[in-house]
Amino acid sequence: MGRLAQIGRRLAQAIRKLGSVVLFLLTMLQAMPYALRRPRLVTVQIHNAGVLSLVIIMTSGFFVGMVVGLQGYDAFSRLRQEDLLGAAAALSLIKELGPVVTALLFAGRAGTALTAEIGLMKATDQLSAMEVMAIDPMGRIVAPRFLGGLIAVPFLTAIFNSVGILGAYFVGVQLMGVDNGAFWSQMQEYVDSGDIREGIIKSLAFGGAASLVAVFEGYTADRTAEGVGLATTRTVVVTSVLVLILDYMITSFLL
Amino acid sequence: MIEIDDLRFSIAGRRIFDGLNLRIASGTVTAIMGPSGTGKTTLLRMITGQLRPGSGSVRVDGREVPALDRAGLYDLRRHIGMLFQNSALLTDDTVFDNVAFPLREHTRLPERLIRTVVLTKLHAVGLRGAARLMPSELSGGMARRVALARAMALDPDLLLYDEPFAGLDPISLGMILRLIKVNNDVLGVTSVVVSHDVEQISRIADYCYVVSGGRVIGEGTPEQLRHSDSALIQQFMSGAADGPVPFHYPASPYRDELLGGRS
Ligand SMILES: Nc1ncnc2c1ncn2[C@@H]1O[C@H](COP(=O)(O)OP(=O)(O)O)[C@@H](O)[C@H]1O
Ligand SMILES: [Mg+2]
Repeated sequence: MGRLAQIGRRLAQAIRKLGSVVLFLLTMLQAMPYALRRPRLVTVQIHNAGVLSLVIIMTSGFFVGMVVGLQGYDAFSRLRQEDLLGAAAALSLIKELGPVVTALLFAGRAGTALTAEIGLMKATDQLSAMEVMAIDPMGRIVAPRFLGGLIAVPFLTAIFNSVGILGAYFVGVQLMGVDNGAFWSQMQEYVDSGDIREGIIKSLAFGGAASLVAVFEGYTADRTAEGVGLATTRTVVVTSVLVLILDYMITSFLL
Repeated sequence: MIEIDDLRFSIAGRRIFDGLNLRIASGTVTAIMGPSGTGKTTLLRMITGQLRPGSGSVRVDGREVPALDRAGLYDLRRHIGMLFQNSALLTDDTVFDNVAFPLREHTRLPERLIRTVVLTKLHAVGLRGAARLMPSELSGGMARRVALARAMALDPDLLLYDEPFAGLDPISLGMILRLIKVNNDVLGVTSVVVSHDVEQISRIADYCYVVSGGRVIGEGTPEQLRHSDSALIQQFMSGAADGPVPFHYPASPYRDELLGGRS
């Protein structure tokens, strides 16, 4: 009985949270025109999110690509189909690894920074001060950061994919001796626009989810050092789980 | 300018206001005093419409604040300046850009004129030379003066000061006192000063309210309050640690608790 009540309470809590996220999203959408009329606010945020994540995205992309190259080579050489390595590496990166890993890295690097920044602005009354100055912090602070992340993530994903394919090429062709021509021609042969579309849809969805979680957690953080710290942690945890769930849903929907 | 009637408000299960009434006349400096945690900041947030009362009426300039929609609120706030206790400067912008912020948002002044206005406001608080500094490079007193320059940027009719004296060195404190006075005398700004610093506030206030336990427990000019025969107000005005407002938070007898915690 106590157990059941506890589960019920948890469920109610989760639903309430979901409701407040939806409400937050609607309020932010209402404030969008303000941000869109000031594109500079958004470009600064794209730049911030991009610059913060670029090095980690490129480094991780290269290593993930190399692992894909190694594992792919190992599997395909058993089937004596080494020539397919290029196609397999590109497909797994473009459709899955690129969007998912980029979103996770983005959450850890740029998302946490967003949460901490907004949470700190709230804790130091900067958001309140804006409200009193008749400037909506949703439009001025939150919406541009959300848009910045939403736009940056697909680009970061494209960079991750490109570097990843180079990594696979480096391992497969340079180290393992897969035929250079076959590597690229099989890739062209098998990767079609539907795969790329799938990757773009995912990266947009993940970018939107990661940015929404980051700004929401910052905006609703408790006004204390501890509150901001907890919110930052939640950004990583919630985004990670959400991205993996969304990934399954989108994949099953598109395949 | 401000009329508050029978204000009631609770937050997180705690009653903050329990039938508060007060009047603030145009062109005056009105002090709102009370111990920490009585809801002075909360009261200011009601006046700016950031919080809605549970019940009762908050009228500013004849407008019923809780009934205003967003556009109405933002319109009202354009005529209100507020000095936050912790300054609340935008940490990513220079001192200059902080003061320019409301001007750039709410006016179509060319940048040349904005520069003139910003430098004038900064000059008034003695910090024209600090225009290029970042907020992190300012002392607490300087930051509060910059925040005051920002609050004055749009020449508000009403200025709200939240604990403007707390934690200031004597020089900054003197400057802030003088600025509140000048804003009021020269520019005719209505000023509401929230403070628990009885000594400082008495020097500039035309009228004072003492708030405790969710309602006004005393009011009058500083002189009247000093000679009040209410023990509660006497305790507050003289700063005695114990009195009608007890020094001790309610507790079990000290001796019992020390000798084994049977309480
Ligand atoms: N968001 C909140 N949640 C819970 N309690 C709050 C909140 N905001 C204020 N309070 C409580 O309301 C009381 C009044 O706060 P405040 O207006 O800041 O007091 P003052 O400015 O007079 O020191 C405090 O006891 C504080 O604990
Ligand atoms: Mg306060």
